[in-house]
Amino acid sequence: MIQDVKDDLQHIRKMMEQSSRFISLSGLSGVVAGIIALAGAFAAWYIFKQHHIDYFDNYRCGSTPGLVSQLVLLAILVLVAAIGLGVLITVNKTKKQGLKVWTSTTKKLLIALFVPLVLGGLFCLAALYHGHFEIIAPLMLLVYGLALINAGKYTFSDIQNLGYCEALLGIIAMFWPGYGLVFWAAGFGVLHIIYGLLMYKKYR
Amino acid sequence: MSLLQHLNKDFESRVRLGIMSVLVVNTWVDFLEMKEHLQVTDGNLASHINALEQKKYIEVKKEFVGKKTKTSYKATKAGKVTFEKHINALEKLLRG
Repeated sequence: MIQDVKDDLQHIRKMMEQSSRFISLSGLSGVVAGIIALAGAFAAWYIFKQHHIDYFDNYRCGSTPGLVSQLVLLAILVLVAAIGLGVLITVNKTKKQGLKVWTSTTKKLLIALFVPLVLGGLFCLAALYHGHFEIIAPLMLLVYGLALINAGKYTFSDIQNLGYCEALLGIIAMFWPGYGLVFWAAGFGVLHIIYGLLMYKKYR
Repeated sequence: MSLLQHLNKDFESRVRLGIMSVLVVNTWVDFLEMKEHLQVTDGNLASHINALEQKKYIEVKKEFVGKKTKTSYKATKAGKVTFEKHINALEKLLRG
């Protein structure tokens, strides 16, 4: 009798979670995204050096047109690699669990994530266009954090906490102009790796 | 056993528990999605849905998508309240 009641409650909880949250997000995709971000940050630092700019010395001394286009290209590359591999790993995990990838919950999750992300991304492009380079990194962190907080209600709540960390880091970075790349590496690199490992252990 | 009085006979089946669980956290879930969540056959699901509808615990909506009909379900207020009472009774039983 008691075992039946326990099973019933467990079944209720499972159905509620499975039907309203995307539970196949893999922690490994966070780790991979973090590593790619760190590599990207290192590449950016190297590009600065190639243009004879010591990033930590005179960041705001202006830039050559070639520099900006190289950095934008690098950013796109990093973004595509991180999202592509992340999706691949997560789709794999979903299939292993025997669940469907494309459900109404997945749709809700993606809309909640990408609407703020795209709007914020366009805002960043405008800032780039007007040459406000120093606010790009803090802004990206803030926008990404807010997007994660928004998307967190459709997946593990850990994602929401990661969002708060990213947004907070963005605000701190804004108070500390000139160290954007460092904060960017910390937020998109280190935080992703830490959270990825935590989630990997928790939801294997 | 006065505790058992609060357990609702309508929710005795696992399938019905599942249907109500999905519907308290989602509004308008269609038949195919429900089937996917519960992993049951069409006939089984349909009969339990009918029973819940007759008790007015869920609301049914039929609409055309192209040439096919799509049937979606939503928990009524009464359904949500009754289901919540049932869960509370289960939890009380467990605590003893």
